[in-house]
Amino acid sequence: MNRAHARNAAGAAIALALVGSCATVEHAAIGPLAAPPERSGFDRALVERGAQLAAVGDCRDCHTARGGEDFAGGVALATPFGKIYSTNITPDAETGIGLWSEAAFRRALREGVDRGGQHLYPAFPYDRFTLTSDEDVHALYAYLMTRPAVHRRAPANRLAFPFNVRSFLGIWKALFFRPGRYRPDPSHDAQWNRGAYLAEGLGHCGSCHSPRNALGAEIASRDLDGGEAEGWHAYAIGARSQAPVAWDVESMRAYLRRGWHARHGVARGPMAPVTRELARASDADVRAIAAYIVASMDGRSGAPREPPAPRAPSGSSGERLYEDACAQCHDGEQTPPFGGIALARSIGVSGENPRDLVNVILYGLAAAGTETAPIMPGYAGAMSDAQVVALVDSLRERFTRKPPWTGVEASVREARAAGPSIAAQPAGGAGTDPALVTERR
Amino acid sequence: MRIEVNGIAREVCSPARTPLLYVLRDELGLDGAKYGCGLGQCGACTVLVDGAAVFSCVTPLAMVQGKRVTTLEGLGTLDRPGALQRAFLEEQAAQCGFCIPGMILRAAALLAANPHPDDAQIREALQPNLCRCGTHMRILRAVRRAARA
Repeated sequence: MNRAHARNAAGAAIALALVGSCATVEHAAIGPLAAPPERSGFDRALVERGAQLAAVGDCRDCHTARGGEDFAGGVALATPFGKIYSTNITPDAETGIGLWSEAAFRRALREGVDRGGQHLYPAFPYDRFTLTSDEDVHALYAYLMTRPAVHRRAPANRLAFPFNVRSFLGIWKALFFRPGRYRPDPSHDAQWNRGAYLAEGLGHCGSCHSPRNALGAEIASRDLDGGEAEGWHAYAIGARSQAPVAWDVESMRAYLRRGWHARHGVARGPMAPVTRELARASDADVRAIAAYIVASMDGRSGAPREPPAPRAPSGSSGERLYEDACAQCHDGEQTPPFGGIALARSIGVSGENPRDLVNVILYGLAAAGTETAPIMPGYAGAMSDAQVVALVDSLRERFTRKPPWTGVEASVREARAAGPSIAAQPAGGAGTDPALVTERR
Repeated sequence: MRIEVNGIAREVCSPARTPLLYVLRDELGLDGAKYGCGLGQCGACTVLVDGAAVFSCVTPLAMVQGKRVTTLEGLGTLDRPGALQRAFLEEQAAQCGFCIPGMILRAAALLAANPHPDDAQIREALQPNLCRCGTHMRILRAVRRAARA
């Protein structure tokens, strides 16, 4: 998002504020509890269910600072409007949500309002969490209220006027937010509906995978058409998916749980912590999400089972770079995780946007701790921008039948400027054995 | 093909796709850089290309044409060791020594970009290089020592 958009957004916001300030609905405060709820008062099975749902919701990822304690907040989210810091959602009485009743917690998820009655910024995706059922909210509350309490105040948000005025969010909500539970679609089966409920709600896939307008709201008509997150492109995963090879439910389920799939690719960038969390979710829920996403992708026609054969080599400089540097892993005998994916199978090359491919070429794929997962060295030091561009263009030409990308040079420049920290996310997934994933006590 | 290594233009005959590591060791006799894994995952092969630390085992020769390559030998000699080499000697930062050239080159890239790194920055910068013998603490002391000099 560039300065012009931000200026337009600021102008629009001010105009709306002046005209529609009566639209800012004030919410009543909900009184605090006398003390944080007794941990022993929560049923063990309920807490376990809450843990599984929190894994789908990926609460830990936004609410845990690097090197910080779980759910204690403090993560800076860079938005076009400034920096927003995630809050402490441990049951600390003073700095967390320890004195929040379940009703207050439910209102925050459903309506984007905190215990004091103030609007929450939609960086907290209540526009999606609003779908969540009473039963699931109940389990999430039990889970969060039984986490270790951490005394830590989140830093103040750094937003410019008028974005720092919370009551103006009432206008944003009036324009873009429709609270309401999930309504099952009778034309689909129970698993699809469970998947839709999770993916469109708690899982908030669209928060990254959908495009947003100038005021930061998801564009409703373009759900899952692709979006941006933290220097990476989140591919279209609905009817506009550019996947070169059709997914089925089992392969999508395995990818979401493990963080990679030998015939499709690997989750990196901001998707890595998502798959790391989904390893803790219930298998049935992940399968349901997979069923829903695969059904959404199948909306487009002609999804092949196998990718098109690579074109004959043309002898370009980019091609020679591929042959010399990449082919030993990507065209060898080994498949992932021990070899590179055949690039004709990779969304990195077929996708609508070259950015993620550029990120991986420059910064590689980090090792996933002790798990079995694909790895790759980065070439930022060895390759010039011109070499990266030549390589990227040649991969697109050779391994797809898609039109060449535009803006590759700009993408490479931006990726270099962003630096290796964008690839510093630890890899995700359960590796080979979900049973190895244990909850920290 | 002509490449520049340690400030000197060298003519090499290896095929363009040969990993730089083999060109350095086998053709030019510069065996400071080591083969540890061949995958760009251990760092024993680390050299500098235009000042940036790279895994020479996965960098084909063609990629470094027209660029400045710096190896351990370019940082100093036995008679006249460079600052980092002196620091590693003074701290006795080696056990088997196999990872050390890579560590020194990675540290050289760090100190060129950031002459006074704090401990966290040193650890983060050296993260791509593995040491199996466990001489990490001495390596950190050596880098700190070189940074202070």
